[in-house]
Amino acid sequence: MPEIKNYTMNFGPQHPSAHGVLRLVLELDGEVIVRADPHIGLLHRGTEKLAEHKTFLQAVPYMDRLDYVSMLCNEHAYVQAIEKLTGIEVPLRAQYIRVMFDEITRILNHLMWLGAHGLDIGAMTVFLYCFREREDLLDAYEAVSGARMHAAYYRPGGVYRDLPDSMPQYEASKIHNAAAVKKLNENRQGSLLDFLEDFTRRFPTYVDEYETLLTDNRIWKQRTVGIGVLTPERALALGITGPMLRGSGVEWDLRKKQPYAAYDKLDFDIPVGVNGDSYDRYLVRVEEMRQSNRIIKQCISWLRQNPGPVITTNHKFAPPGRESMKQNMEELIHHFKLFTEGMHVPEGEAYSVVEHPKGEFGIYLVSDGANKPYRLKIRAPGFANLSSLDEMVRGHMIADVVTIIGTQDIVFGEIDR
Amino acid sequence: MTTEKKSLLEDLSSLLGEQLVSVQERLGELTVVVRAADMLSALTLMRDAEELRFAQMVDLCGMDYSEYGDGAWEGKRFAVVYHLLSVVHNRRLRVRIFAEEDDFPVLASVADIWPGANWFEREAFDLFGLIFTGHPDLRRILTDYGFVGNPFRKDFPLSGHVEMRYDPEQQRVVYQPVTVEPREVTPRILREQTYGCN
Repeated sequence: MPEIKNYTMNFGPQHPSAHGVLRLVLELDGEVIVRADPHIGLLHRGTEKLAEHKTFLQAVPYMDRLDYVSMLCNEHAYVQAIEKLTGIEVPLRAQYIRVMFDEITRILNHLMWLGAHGLDIGAMTVFLYCFREREDLLDAYEAVSGARMHAAYYRPGGVYRDLPDSMPQYEASKIHNAAAVKKLNENRQGSLLDFLEDFTRRFPTYVDEYETLLTDNRIWKQRTVGIGVLTPERALALGITGPMLRGSGVEWDLRKKQPYAAYDKLDFDIPVGVNGDSYDRYLVRVEEMRQSNRIIKQCISWLRQNPGPVITTNHKFAPPGRESMKQNMEELIHHFKLFTEGMHVPEGEAYSVVEHPKGEFGIYLVSDGANKPYRLKIRAPGFANLSSLDEMVRGHMIADVVTIIGTQDIVFGEIDR
Repeated sequence: MTTEKKSLLEDLSSLLGEQLVSVQERLGELTVVVRAADMLSALTLMRDAEELRFAQMVDLCGMDYSEYGDGAWEGKRFAVVYHLLSVVHNRRLRVRIFAEEDDFPVLASVADIWPGANWFEREAFDLFGLIFTGHPDLRRILTDYGFVGNPFRKDFPLSGHVEMRYDPEQQRVVYQPVTVEPREVTPRILREQTYGCN
């Protein structure tokens, strides 16, 4: 018998199922993984260091670029940290708008995850379906902020502006004639809220479609059931949060347990898995999309009935209105100081968390009273999730590595920061 | 909420006693400072004691206080800040531990207490040059292979020391000293707390 040694294989960083720039050094015994060593940092941009050299307001757009598939949730944690330190009151309407967009973001993230995860392990069709729905939600992003992805919509003290009364329309082109454009514009006749309400009516049937394709699919189950099992104790010790932790049966959701913004006024359920394998995590995320849809519906009806301000009137932190700025010396000074020097955040430290689609996203903000953060630490959920990869893949076949990378829902913008 | 936090403080002081150097409660967050010599026993107790049960270490973050308040800082330069979470009691706790020496900051690794700390400690090692004794595999994690320096220290310039370009003569990528001029668009200004209030 010849002696067979383990061999080492390089995976990524330019591999489609590496979800960006993950490089894995795998030690294999035949087809079985003995050890996996993820090399990360290929997308490291030093966001935390950059933020130390920017004013508090200038760092908001950097947050979009962390986890670039759940942009507004990142911003939420950041502005919440500033609000905590300064003690600014956020108008209730702004809080509802934030919750609504956080949940839109959650659906966006989970759709992206479902599509990419399906594609990774052989379910081509889901990807196309998921991207069809993402388009509507990205249009909502665009209508409210002008950008499809990197919105920079949340501000310390509220949101940049109120929801628009009209939606942008498609125009006739070489590809679409007038009749086709009319059909495309059918659900865009009213305000953004009308558009979103139409979406929330349609969305549950779309989720049913994904479930028809996957939930009882034999191949899907063979690829995910029993793969990457995490016990609840181990998941907690490894620092895992979010759907990964709930997939292991720990009922822990910051929206319920440590409510922020308007979550304590809304009605929704927290799905929890039983076995802690990839299939349970899939079920948890699919159910989360349905629950997010429920939250969006409640936000829409509240926002319809309660007009009001969407940003604080404390002009030390939020700019005054354009009109009053032109007429009033005081406001002009506020505007000038806010955009040249920036706001001063009182000395202290705060840790603000949100239930990000991937887990607990935290911002640890230390200020020494200057117009720039002294230190900004981003607690990225993906970083802790990915650090458990070695443990999760050991003893699995090489094809299961792809499943486990997929089930962790990793995005390199936030892991490498 | 306040009563709950008070009892956390009481639990901590009864269990740890002398080991707590200082305790601060602000903005509904409790921060305790522990000496580096006591850190392993104190943190293990925080994880295991029935009243505390901080089963999860959510975040570990390096700190460089050298320029805090534009030179007003008098304590030790480097610290590690741990954010702990107890799922059972629904509580959070921040623990700050200062490294004894400024020139060669060393702390004990908590990777045996919370295995999730492994990568967080590698990150603090990489970015701040903090050494964690007893860490299973203390390598750089975020910076480039062969990177020199600790980029998140306050004395490391934002533009770095070297830049990378393709050299057509040597037909490979080379490193060279940075050519970008350091610039500051908005200067950092520290004002007294009452500035602008009248």
